[in-house]
This record gives sequence, C-alpha cells and structure tokens, in this order.
Amino acid sequence: MAKRVEASNVTAYYGGFKAIENINLTVEPKTVTALIGPSGCGKSTFLRSINRMHEVLPGARVEGNLTIDDQDIYDRDVDVTAVRRMIGMVFQRPNPFPTMSIFENVVAGLKLNGVRRKSILEEAAEKALRSANLWDEVKDRLGKPGAGLSGGQQQRLCIARTIAVEPQVVLMDEPCSALDPISTLAIEDLMFQLKDKFTIIIVTHNMQQAARVSDRTAFFSIEKTGDPGRLIEYDNTQKIFSNPSVKKTEDYITGRFG
Amino acid sequence: MTTTVTSHRTRPPAEPATLRARRLPWYAAPALAVAALALSAVIVYGTDIGGPVLVVALGAVLYLTGLFAAANAVEGRRSARNRTWSALIHSAFVLAVLPLVSVVWTLVSKGAERLDVNFFQTSMNNIGARDANGGAYHAILGTLEQVGIATLITVPLGILCAIYIVEYGRGKFAFAIRFFVDVMTGIPSIVSGLFVLAFWVLVVSPWFNDGRPSFSGFAAALALSVLMLPTIVRSTEEMLRLVPPPLREGAYALGVPKWKTILRVVLPTALPGIVTGVMLAIARAAGETAPVLLVAGGGAAINVNPFENNQSSLSLFVYQQAGDASKYAPARAWTAALTLVALVLILTIAAKLLARRNRLSR
Repeated sequence: MAKRVEASNVTAYYGGFKAIENINLTVEPKTVTALIGPSGCGKSTFLRSINRMHEVLPGARVEGNLTIDDQDIYDRDVDVTAVRRMIGMVFQRPNPFPTMSIFENVVAGLKLNGVRRKSILEEAAEKALRSANLWDEVKDRLGKPGAGLSGGQQQRLCIARTIAVEPQVVLMDEPCSALDPISTLAIEDLMFQLKDKFTIIIVTHNMQQAARVSDRTAFFSIEKTGDPGRLIEYDNTQKIFSNPSVKKTEDYITGRFG
Repeated sequence: MTTTVTSHRTRPPAEPATLRARRLPWYAAPALAVAALALSAVIVYGTDIGGPVLVVALGAVLYLTGLFAAANAVEGRRSARNRTWSALIHSAFVLAVLPLVSVVWTLVSKGAERLDVNFFQTSMNNIGARDANGGAYHAILGTLEQVGIATLITVPLGILCAIYIVEYGRGKFAFAIRFFVDVMTGIPSIVSGLFVLAFWVLVVSPWFNDGRPSFSGFAAALALSVLMLPTIVRSTEEMLRLVPPPLREGAYALGVPKWKTILRVVLPTALPGIVTGVMLAIARAAGETAPVLLVAGGGAAINVNPFENNQSSLSLFVYQQAGDASKYAPARAWTAALTLVALVLILTIAAKLLARRNRLSR
C-alpha cells in the first residue's frame, strides 16, 4: 500500500555544513512528485533523508520530523532497515551487484532479508522484472551477470530490485541522467505504471521530464553557495510550469538562472 | 558563432599538406641492433676490456643512440623520442625479468639431481654424512602444518580487522589500529621469532609440558602469524576500500542490515583481491627461516604433531643442508628450494582458480 510522506521542518547537516533548512512538504500516496532545482540546492539530500540514507555518510545528521503515514521514521526505536525496506531507492548510476546474476540481483533484497524458498523467489523475480519492463529482454539469461546488461537495462534491473521487496514509497535520485533517450522513455513509462502501486519521489535536472512524469513539483533553491537549500515552491506540476506563484521559480523554469 | 567565424578568418588552421610521413623500413631496428652488438663486440674484444656482459651493455647503449640518430634523421624528433623511450621501457622489462628467469633456471637445473621419489618419502633421520639418500618429507610436513595453522589463525583475524577498519572504525581507536598494523608490517622476522620464543616457548609452553619449555611447530605457526597478519590486514583493507560505495548504498536501500551487506555484497566483490593478498602473505611465511629455527628448533625426524617437540620446515631444511659439510647436502638443499617454490606456486594457482570460480564468468 502506498503511503503518505510528510516532512516538517526537516534540516540536514553534513558535519558542520547545513545542506537543507526547514523543509515542509507532504507527498500524497500514489502520486509522482518531482524535486527540481539547481545543483547543490539539497534535492538529493532531502531525498536521502526520507529513507535515512543521509546518515550513512560520516558526520551527517537530520533534524525535524519525517513521517510515513504518521509514523516518525527518525524515532529512537525505529529500525532503520525496516524504514529502508518500506522506502526503496534507485540511484543516479545503475549499481547492480557485480558478483550476482540478473536473477540474484532482482531477489537480492528478499534473499538477504531471509527469504529462502525458491518458488517464492522465482515468482517475485518474474513479477518485479515484468513491472520493470525488463522480463522479455532477460528471461532467457537470468543466470548471466547483471553487470553485463546495457546501462538502461541495468537501471531497470535496479528498479526491479527495488520494487521486488514491495516498498510503499520509491525514491529516485536522477535515475535517467546516465541513460540515453530511449531508456529514459522506458523508465518514464515505467513510472506511470508504478504510480498505481507506489508513491514515487524523483529528483531530476531535466525539467521536461519533471513536467512529463510528475503530478506535483517541488522547487528547491539556494541564495548563494554555502547557504542551506530551501523549498521555494511546491504545487501541482501544471501550475508550477504554467503559472508559478514565486518569481524565482519562474526564472528557473524559463532558464533565466540555474 | 561569430567568434568562430572570425577566428577562422584571421587564423587558418595549421594543417600539414599530407598525413603521410617518412618512416624507417621495418628491418631498420633489428639491423641496427645487430650492427650495435657487432660494433660493441669489436670494441670490447679488440681492446680486451671485458666479456660478453659488457658487449651486451655497450651494445644496448650504441643501439639506443643509433636508433635515436636514425629516427631523428628520417622520421623527425617526436618519432625518434618515441622509439627511444619504447626501447628503454622494453629493456627495463627484460632487466626485471632476467633475475626471475635466472632464479627459476638455477633452481630447476640444480634441484633436478635429487628430484626423486625417495626425497619426498624419507626424512633426514639417521642419515650420515656419507649417505647419499635422505629427504625432506619431515620438512614439507612441517611447512604445510606451520603455514596451514598460521593461515587458519591470520585469515579470519586479518579480514575481520580490515572490515573493522574500513566499515566500522571511527576516530582515534581505528587510527591507532591502522598505525600499529603499519608498524607491524616492518617487523623483522627474527623479532617475531624472539617474541614467540620469549612469550610462548619460555612462558606458556611449560604449562602444557610438565614445567619444561618445549619447541613446537605451533610456536612457529604463531611466529609466522605475527608476520602474516599485517600483510593480510593491509591488502584486505585496500581491497575493501576499492569496493564502490554505491554498491553498499544499493544494499542498504533494500533494507539489508550492514553486517549482511558486508558479508554478501562487499566481501564477494573484493574476494579476488583478498585472495591475492592472502597468498602473498602465505608465500612470505613459507619462506621464513629464522622464526622456525628459533621456536620450532628444526629436526631430522618426522614429527606429525605440531603441538609437541621439534619440527623442521622447508626453508629451514634448505638453510641447514646448505651449511652441511656432507657432499650430498647441497643437492638436497637445491631440491628442497625447488619444492618450496613449486609449493607456493601451486597454492597460488589453486587459490586464484577457486576465487575465479566464485565469480560469474563474463
């Protein structure tokens, strides 16, 4: 079941550096939300704080409240692996596990979390690969290494791997920036289909992509280098791209800065 | 756009009229080499200042000079430099390989004399100075047991230590461990032998042996462990650092706990490199003589039990036979040295094959 993500006063640090400040944002279930903004404005930092990947880096920490259907994910007795199982993530560069086959890659999340039964794994792998539009391309070579696929296929493999554990929310950190237009299209189509089941939050530098795939768009920006990133405007995608209420958003989407 | 146009007008591209250039014929380099060697032979033997080694050395210098001059005259300066440096790099490679080939050739040619079944089936027990027989069975056994035990001790310890340093270690404590591992890398083998002699043989072993200190193969294994541990920690550490962080993040993002990520994603990815490091450590330990002499004592008889009484090892056997007065001893020493090299080589190849089978074939 897709869940609602609610951020209130989220502030994130890298050591002494404040990367984002006071982000307030609510993401409705079964929608695609795009985070846009210039480089270094904290989109990725915010995204990574949603599934507690931000704190993986030494010295990084998050303040404020982040809830998934009213459960605070930064609560002291929350199991971080449970959070990440609920909120999956796809990275900028495809990162299939090099020692694993295509099949093992897809079921890695299940297998490493203790699912042993072969029939369950096979069923889950086929389902995830079909959802990721990759099944027809790889069904005859599931035993081959995942790293042997093309870039676009690898990224879809990573998406399959992410949705195989059946998360409620899928975070995507510029998932198409390393891909050609055809693979990008395949992944955008995929997002439309996945929207039925998951809440999707995507960081993108490509404004056409944000306009194409998202229901709502959040625009982040910084005053100047060294300042923390802030949420400038958050609204329906159509509104943001046709009639933004903040001047800065308009400047950005019309290409006048950033 | 405008700037490009102006720059084209003011500065036409300096393209050569043709892409072709004059080249030395293919036989120029070999012919030059032969000529250089011949000239150098005439100089060396004509003035009687040296032997064949000087001929080759002088010939190489003449060849490089001649090649540069010829290429410079025909092909131009850039090409001449390219040819000279290529020749220099190739000679450096030959220089580096020469000692290796020489060692292998010496070992094989001199070790072949006693390379018989008897050598691998008998020990030196009751072998007198006039006895042509005798073998290294006890020494091979000793090396295998000592290095085997040392490997069993150091591989888990070393890999866990490296995992701590790379994945968990923060702050001063991890820094201190890294520093001491670095210091340990430089420990001379005799010192590790002395340490085990003072600590294990003299203090601990009397408890197991009715109050009398006792040499043992296990003590030698401990001394070898001290030598192997830092090598394994450092090489494993480097290999773990080479595993790309996105792989770890990919696993974390699937809700996989950290320890399982390390065990199932990070270690398998780094495995081939870790195996190489372990094999280097084993090769080093198998060649150590001093610690074995100090704490296992050596011995002529077969002793299967590594926990009691003297044991020998192959390198110690080589040392003792090489210093023995018997005229049959040197041949035994050469064969034992050949056996040691072959043993390490076989182990290395086996380990590499095993590590490769775990990875998916490309």
